[in-house]
Amino acid sequence: MGDNANALVIEGLKKTYKGGVQAIKSLDLTVKQGDFFALLGPNGAGKSTTIGVISSLVQKSQGSVNVFGFDIDKQLEQAKLCIGLVPQEFNFNQFETVLQIVVNQAGYYGVTRQVALERAEQYLTQLDLWGKRNAQARQLSGGMKRRLMIARALMHRPKLLILDEPTAGVDIELRRSMWDFLKQINEQGVTIILTTHYLEEAEMLCRNIGIIDQGMLVECTTMKALLSKLNMETFILDLRNNVTQTPDLGNITCRLTDSHTLEVDVAKDHNINEVFTLLSAANIEVISMRNKSNRLEELFVELVEKAKEAK
Amino acid sequence: MNPLYLIAFKSILTKEITRFSRIWVQTIVPPAITMTLYFLIFGNLVGSRIGQMGGVSYMEFIAPGLIMMSVITNSFSNVASSFYSAKFQRNLEEIMVAPVPHYVMIAGYVGGGVTRGLIVGCIVTIVAMCFVDISIHHLGLVLLTALLTSMMFALAGLINAVFAKSYDDISIIPTFVLTPLTYLGGVFYSLSLLPDFWQGVSALNPVVYVINVFRYGFLGYSDMSVPLSLAIIIGFCAGLWFVAYYLISRGIGLRS
Repeated sequence: MGDNANALVIEGLKKTYKGGVQAIKSLDLTVKQGDFFALLGPNGAGKSTTIGVISSLVQKSQGSVNVFGFDIDKQLEQAKLCIGLVPQEFNFNQFETVLQIVVNQAGYYGVTRQVALERAEQYLTQLDLWGKRNAQARQLSGGMKRRLMIARALMHRPKLLILDEPTAGVDIELRRSMWDFLKQINEQGVTIILTTHYLEEAEMLCRNIGIIDQGMLVECTTMKALLSKLNMETFILDLRNNVTQTPDLGNITCRLTDSHTLEVDVAKDHNINEVFTLLSAANIEVISMRNKSNRLEELFVELVEKAKEAK
Repeated sequence: MNPLYLIAFKSILTKEITRFSRIWVQTIVPPAITMTLYFLIFGNLVGSRIGQMGGVSYMEFIAPGLIMMSVITNSFSNVASSFYSAKFQRNLEEIMVAPVPHYVMIAGYVGGGVTRGLIVGCIVTIVAMCFVDISIHHLGLVLLTALLTSMMFALAGLINAVFAKSYDDISIIPTFVLTPLTYLGGVFYSLSLLPDFWQGVSALNPVVYVINVFRYGFLGYSDMSVPLSLAIIIGFCAGLWFVAYYLISRGIGLRS
C-alpha cells in the first residue's frame, strides 16, 4: 500500500478480447496524485478498455495496475474504494429516482444511509439536480443524466475520478459549468482522468496528457510541452473592406476564403505584428482575428497519423 | 460480517425490494389471481368430485403445493429478470465497480428473490384461507421450507440470468424446465398414485421434496422421508450457491 506520489501506475498492460481483438497492445502510464490528466485517442484506440481494466469491469490479459499503491490483482477492494467512475454510457436504472441511484451507490461502498443522504444533498445541489431528486432517471435530460453520473461517482469521496467522455452531447453552457465543477473537485485534491473528444475541453482543464492509439501510448507529456510542439498556427482575419486579390505578405502564406476573410499561416517563431504591418501597407483593415482550429486538435491528428505511418 | 459489507447488502436488498414493489401490479398481483383461479377450478369445482387425497380433502391437499408453486416461480423470476436486466442495461456495473464481495452481491439479489417469493407465498396462503381451513402441523418446518425453497430457486434464477444473452433466455428455463418440474412435483397428486417407475423418476425432481416437506408442515402427511427431503433441499441450496459464486467470481457473462 501507499504510493503517495502516483494515483495510477499501469505497467505492461495488454488486453486481447475473446474474438482475438487486441484492444491494448502494450500500455505503460503513470498519473500523478492531484493531476488533471487527459487520456485522448481516436475511437477504438483502447481508452475505454483501459478504463474498464482500471475499474475491474474488463479482465486484463497481462500487466499490472496500481491505484494509489493498491495492486488491483491483490488489493482490489482497496483500489476500488479509491476510484469513482463516470462511464461513457448511461448505466443507471432508468426507473429509479435520482436520490435512490446516488444513495444506493454510496451504500455499495459502505457509506451509511444518513451520511449518503447528506452527501447526496451536497452533490446534487452543486450539480443543480437537487430539485430533481425524486424524478426517475428516465425523465431527466441528457445533460442532467451526465451530471447524475458525476454525482453518483463522487458519493464515496474517491481519490481518483475517471470520466469517460463526461460531456458528450452536452450543450456548451452546461459543459462549461461542468468544467468549473470538475476544476473545483480537482482543486480539492481529487485526481482526475478525463477522456474526451472535445479537445478544447482537454486543453482547458488538463495539465498532463496521454494520447493513445491502437492500444499504445503514442505521447505522454504536459499539455504545455505538447502545445509548444506546434510550429505553425493558422489565423482567420475578418476584413473590413472588400478584398478581391490575395495580398502579398512576403514569406507568410495566406489565402482569401472570401472577399472579407483571410487565412494566414504564421510560424510560431514569427512576429505576428509583421502580418498587420504588411496588411496595413496594402490598405487592408482587420476588424477581428481568431484561431482557425483548436491547436490541440491539430497536434492530436498529427500524432495519430504519425503513429499510423510508423506501422 | 464486515459492517461495510452489511451496508452494501442492505443497499442491494433495498434496491431489489423497491424494484418489485414499484411494479407490484406485475409482480405481486398476478400470482394471487392465478392461484385464486387454481383454487376455484381445481380445488373447488374439480376437487369436490375427486374426494379425499392423503387423508384430507383435495382442496386441503393441493393448498400447500399451490403456495409453494407461487414461491418457486416468484423467487426464480424475480432474480432472473432483475439480474439479467441489470446486466443488460449495465447498471450491474454500479455494484461491480464498488468493493462489494461476490457473496454479498449474490446474497443481495437472492435476498430480493426470497423476499418476493415469501410475500407472494403469504398472499397465496391468505387466498387459500378463503377456500379452505388451513391447519398447520409444524410451523417451523413450513417457514424453514419456504425460506430454503425460495433461496434455492432464487439462486437458480441468478444462474439462469448469468448465462442469459437475451430476454428470451430468461423465459426458456421457467417455461421448459421449471413449470414441468413444478407440475410433475406432486402439487396436484400424491406420488403414491404413480406407478413404481414414475415414482422413481419423480425422485430426481427436486420440487417433489420441496412440496412434500412443505405439505408435511401443513398436513402432517408426506409421500417421502421428511429429513431426507430437507437434506436434499439444503444440498441443492449449497450446490447452487457454489455454482453461482463460481460464475460471479469468474465474471462469466459479466466481464469481458
